[in-house]
Amino acid sequence: MEHYTMNLTLKVWRQKNSQDKGRFETYEVKNISSEMSFLEMFDVLNEQLIAEGKDPIAFDHDCREGICGMCSMYINGRPHGPWQHNTVCQLHMRAYKDGDTIVVEPWRAKAFPVIKDLVVDRSAFDRIIQAGGYISVNTGNAVDANAIPIEKEKADAAFAAAACIGCGACVAACKNSSAMLFLSAKVSHLALLPQGEPERKTRVLNMVAQMDKEGFGSCTFTEACEAVCPKGISVTNISRLNKEYLVAGLTEDKR
Amino acid sequence: MIDSKIPPGPLDQKWTYYKGHCKLVNPANKRKLEVIVIGTGLAGASAAASLGELGYQVKAFCFQDSPRRAHSIAAQGGINAAKNYQNDGDSVFRLFYDTIKGGDYRAREANVHRLAEVSVNIIDQCVAQGVPFAREYGGLLSNRSFGGTQVQRTFYAAGQTGQQLLIGAYQALERQVALGNVKMYSRHEMLDIVIIDGKCRGVICRNLVTGELERHFGHAVLLCSGGYGNVFYLSTNAMGSNVTAIWKAHRKGAYFGNPCFTQIHPTCIPVSGDHQSKLTLMSESLRNDGRIWVPKKKGDTRKPNEIPEDERDYYLERRYPAFGNLVPRDVASRAAKERCDAGYGVGSSKQAVYLDYAAAIIRYGKIECGKQGITNPTEEQIRTLGKQVVKEKYGNLFDMYQKITGEDPYEVPMRIYPAVHYTMGGLWVDYELMTTVPGLYALGEANFSDHGANRLGASALMQGLADGYFVIPYTIGNYLADEIRTASISTDHPAFVEAEKQVSDRINCLMSIQGKQSPESFHKRLGKIMWDKCGMARNAEGLKQAITEIQELRKEFWSDLRVTGTIHEYNPELDKANRVADFMELGELMCIDALHRNESCGGHFREESQTEDGEAKRDDANFSYVAAWEWKGDSQWQLHKEELHFEVAKPSQRSYK
Repeated sequence: MEHYTMNLTLKVWRQKNSQDKGRFETYEVKNISSEMSFLEMFDVLNEQLIAEGKDPIAFDHDCREGICGMCSMYINGRPHGPWQHNTVCQLHMRAYKDGDTIVVEPWRAKAFPVIKDLVVDRSAFDRIIQAGGYISVNTGNAVDANAIPIEKEKADAAFAAAACIGCGACVAACKNSSAMLFLSAKVSHLALLPQGEPERKTRVLNMVAQMDKEGFGSCTFTEACEAVCPKGISVTNISRLNKEYLVAGLTEDKR
Repeated sequence: MIDSKIPPGPLDQKWTYYKGHCKLVNPANKRKLEVIVIGTGLAGASAAASLGELGYQVKAFCFQDSPRRAHSIAAQGGINAAKNYQNDGDSVFRLFYDTIKGGDYRAREANVHRLAEVSVNIIDQCVAQGVPFAREYGGLLSNRSFGGTQVQRTFYAAGQTGQQLLIGAYQALERQVALGNVKMYSRHEMLDIVIIDGKCRGVICRNLVTGELERHFGHAVLLCSGGYGNVFYLSTNAMGSNVTAIWKAHRKGAYFGNPCFTQIHPTCIPVSGDHQSKLTLMSESLRNDGRIWVPKKKGDTRKPNEIPEDERDYYLERRYPAFGNLVPRDVASRAAKERCDAGYGVGSSKQAVYLDYAAAIIRYGKIECGKQGITNPTEEQIRTLGKQVVKEKYGNLFDMYQKITGEDPYEVPMRIYPAVHYTMGGLWVDYELMTTVPGLYALGEANFSDHGANRLGASALMQGLADGYFVIPYTIGNYLADEIRTASISTDHPAFVEAEKQVSDRINCLMSIQGKQSPESFHKRLGKIMWDKCGMARNAEGLKQAITEIQELRKEFWSDLRVTGTIHEYNPELDKANRVADFMELGELMCIDALHRNESCGGHFREESQTEDGEAKRDDANFSYVAAWEWKGDSQWQLHKEELHFEVAKPSQRSYK
């Protein structure tokens, strides 16, 4: 790839804490290499701010290889920026050219309150998992791993759903702030496997109830979530979730 | 003398003996006992979940926003287990032997044998949890090969094995949170341990959102905080991975085992410039099908696809015909460095070698054509079908490479170079995973125990889960059985007050320096010293220089650091300053350890100690021991030795030729 450098204007959301109202601030960065990642460009900006004695911009990030799900920037109106199937940490500056203006915001959803600047609280996702996103098997009472053969197609589909990294881009992209893609990925992963069968009905009912309690919106199936998902989780999982929910709701004994 | 508490009996009976004779805690008493777990990667999450299931009251802490994000998640290739599902001659003994040999005879036999024994249970447990491992069409589990072995024993889930295993452990953990057995503290960092009457009784943590310090009591504390490869600044570790938890424990009396043993992984994406913040691994599984080469001609500037077959040097296949591209990591890394140093490197920096998939694409393409009954296929057909097979096996890795470099690895060979990946060193632990501080344990990468001087691929996941699921639930009972009469100690105890004051004083000190340089800039400079002088090749002179340079850098740090923001808010700069301060002390100890170990073994390559053909030369007569360092004050350590006894796997010169 041909290497080049660029000067950019950044409009970044600054918010001191969850009570602060927040506002955009404008920064200039110079001589940014096209080989940098987007977050490395933010590192440069932050070092610049520190040198000027200003407060650097807080943003979540950790593995920087697209798998931990921690990074979460809403760039020019799109979660994780312009590239398909991508996280911010894997977005590289060759996506931009000299003179570009880039607007960066946090995930915006009632269920994801801002902690500071671009950092939000996504613990609602953990609580949805706590409501049933697991198979109840204590350590030590498993049978031999090959005792239950699983059709390759089903195993592959379960894997495709399990590839969700829990970043929350689906919620950020949704006009209703719905968490249906996240939830459906987990429900599908476990419902497709024979190990998930015993808790299949209670799982989906309890997880949906928790999602509603957390303040996520409803799904109107615009498919914006799939379009921005870094792992390409398909909305067919939402269809499966709806089926699972319906069947469970109709057949589960009232408690 | 330090006692490793290895049980009596023949090697393959020790763990069985231990399990039959260790003390147990009855369910009513478990409910009264509190356990603290630091870190929620594979070791921490599996330990917290398993101990919660047993009925202990568990508190788990992680610095990330969710336990699911711990860096175990980034492990790509797979997890080893001696299942012998492939009928290719594998066994518990083979896995044990490969691990001891791969570690260049610097690990403890009894621990490694136990690891091989429980490896089979791990796969069962994970499948029961719903971990979607790769399967064959018959519905049974699939395996692949990894470096340093001649059998196929690696289980995998595409290139995301770590993620799937961690999600399994995370779900088990969240289930225990829902049941009330585990209380989870995210965005919390442990900043000290608390010792009362000689036993570890709790921790001081900082809530990273509010900046408040918190005191937490536990009858025992488990450090599962991972490795310290970030001491080199550039590594494949996550940005937040740090040494702080185990370093604080070290300063409070836990010995540090083999600190200099660092694994440099051979297949990473090369550095592209000064802005680089981390390095990205390309899974070792790529060496299954990819061929590594450099041009035969020095300084060849032709594009890789223009270099004809007979002008390429497949140096691993040439030097190590028996293992070829699947030699262990340390051997592959040094061989790449040797070619680049000799002037055969490729790419703009000349610090890279090619990892080529062209041959594999053709090979798989031909097989697919055969399967589909295509006679006389065109080259295009072969390539298209071959690419599909490679995509299925390694697709996400190829995508990642393309995103970072902008090059298409299906068409041009990938450029790779070694990078810091894993630290075999860590807190010294005995057979029960207890450190030299009673009641304080270290699990997973945070301890030094199972990989000797070099870890084999797909063994880190195995060790993390072995420690958490299958070892600590037994060994912690053996300690806690004697603690059932110890009531919870109030966190108003003077030891808690004193520990919190020390932490608070240090934070105030960091904030009050008000100098000019950022924590990041110090970290970069430390990393450069470490990589240049304590990296892939080390010599006495360089190490001595490094020690002096680190001491000077530390002085500069404590006089010219600038931390912006305030204490009582979300302040990542302060978090980073705390971590960098600890890395500097650790860096010095690593150099001291590397200097004292005047032999080459595994990932530790001393230039003074090599064979005629440039292979690492061990010195068993003088260095067949674990170096366990005791903190004695600033820049002062005392060396303790745990002699290693090999009763079954007799040490020999490692050969992969």
